[in-house]
Amino acid sequence: MYAFEIERPTTLQDAVAAIAGGGQALSGGQTLIPTLKARLADPGKLVSLHGVAELKGVCTDDDGRICIGAATTHATVARELAGSYPGLASLAARIGDPAVRNRGTIGGSLANNDPSACYPAGALASGATIVTNTREIAADDYFHGMFATALEEDEIITEVKFPVPRAAAYEKFIQPASRFPLVAVFVAKFDDGVRVAITGASETGVFRWTEAEAALSSDFSAGALDGLRVDPDHMIADLHGDKAYRAHLCAVMTKRAVTAAA
Amino acid sequence: MRVTMDVNGRSVSGEVEGRTLLVDFLREGLHLTGTHVGCDTSQCGACTVHVDGLLVKACTMFAAEAEGAAVTTIEGIAAPDGTLSVVQQAFQDHHGLQCGFCTPGMVMAATALLKDNPKPSEAEIRHHLDGNICRCTGYHNIVKAIMAASGQEMPALAAE
Ligand SMILES: Cc1cc2nc3c(=O)[nH]c(=O)nc-3n(C[C@H](O)[C@H](O)[C@H](O)COP(=O)(O)OP(=O)(O)OC[C@H]3O[C@@H](n4cnc5c(N)ncnc54)[C@H](O)[C@@H]3O)c2cc1C
Ligand code: FES
Ligand code: FES
Repeated sequence: MYAFEIERPTTLQDAVAAIAGGGQALSGGQTLIPTLKARLADPGKLVSLHGVAELKGVCTDDDGRICIGAATTHATVARELAGSYPGLASLAARIGDPAVRNRGTIGGSLANNDPSACYPAGALASGATIVTNTREIAADDYFHGMFATALEEDEIITEVKFPVPRAAAYEKFIQPASRFPLVAVFVAKFDDGVRVAITGASETGVFRWTEAEAALSSDFSAGALDGLRVDPDHMIADLHGDKAYRAHLCAVMTKRAVTAAA
Repeated sequence: MRVTMDVNGRSVSGEVEGRTLLVDFLREGLHLTGTHVGCDTSQCGACTVHVDGLLVKACTMFAAEAEGAAVTTIEGIAAPDGTLSVVQQAFQDHHGLQCGFCTPGMVMAATALLKDNPKPSEAEIRHHLDGNICRCTGYHNIVKAIMAASGQEMPALAAE
């Protein structure tokens, strides 16, 4: 690792100021520390969000949305949402392994937007709102492709607000060496329609499968997906699976998620 | 910068750089070399310790982030007179280790599991060990040891 300093602010205001002053946010470090070890980043200064109480914890707002502080760990989400939003709790409970879940956070995951990460699928399918220190961004406008988001330089996520669907499920086809999904699908059924978000599959990062959404909105059953397929053209191809395999997995995992949610 | 934390019930402090990993502070700063570094890429769990009671990979946390925390390492698991903990004794009794390199992390993971879930199923044990890799045992005897440490009958394992 290149040398850097660590600042440990205890208020959001101080954290934002330290980041504006040239620091990079350090949340759970479960992505950033391996990146630093590989010398793929040279931040000069890290600003730990771990001590900022305002960024931690779960609550419900006046519209019934679940609000999760950006520095809330995967383990906390898995525990606290078990009753209120079991689909999202189960997503958090299967990220990585127990030690990763005790440090890694929702804000770090959404800021990083790894094309195979779990939370982007949960946030996009839920129609979540990503709240930052300056504005609110709808999930539909937030994800800009592999490792790219709507976040500006020095902008940090403070909270993520999730509307709670009638039914939801996350089905993850695991890549056992990395423990990330090879392909995973989050299906969320709301009163006014169904949303389907797929991660791990596309070269453009997490995406909504709109054809499946239309079919499921009129008939919420795995059978409604018969004959639908994802275009393999923009799928990721690597040593774990080619484009056609990933496109096939998209349909299989969507069906499984619908069956699990129904 | 200076950090102060509680390690195995003892208050310790030392000078660290921003980039000093908790595992390096433990091993090189405090000479607690029971915590191993297997991969250094956050995959293997050999470096697993408890920070404020939670399982953490000490190679994926900075020492500076443990300021004020209570850290437990494998050296803090046996009684002061050397009597092994229930989990450690079960690993010995059931041959839950061969080379022993992964064992500190395995014992820390198992100890954390049994604190939250005193009677885990075999499936729960295997799921909980997702982040702890063993290159020797094939895991069966580790699972057996954890079953035994939780006072449960050992299941007949499918692969035997
Ligand atoms: C062994 C292993 C297995 C894993 N398995 C999975 C898996 O199955 N699924 C999955 O989704 N992920 C997985 N991960 C990644 C894990 O979920 C990370 O916790 C997550 O991707 C990043 O969150 P973090 O809090 O650790 O962020 P950090 O590593 O601290 O930061 C990541 C990036 O986000 C930035 N950042 C952090 N917080 C904010 C904020 N509030 N606002 C703006 N920018 C911010 C940082 O500057 C950095 O660029 C795994 C990681 C490991 C090590
Ligand atoms: S050395 Fe920390 S996970 Fe392998
Ligand atoms: S006993 Fe050798 S790695 Fe587990």
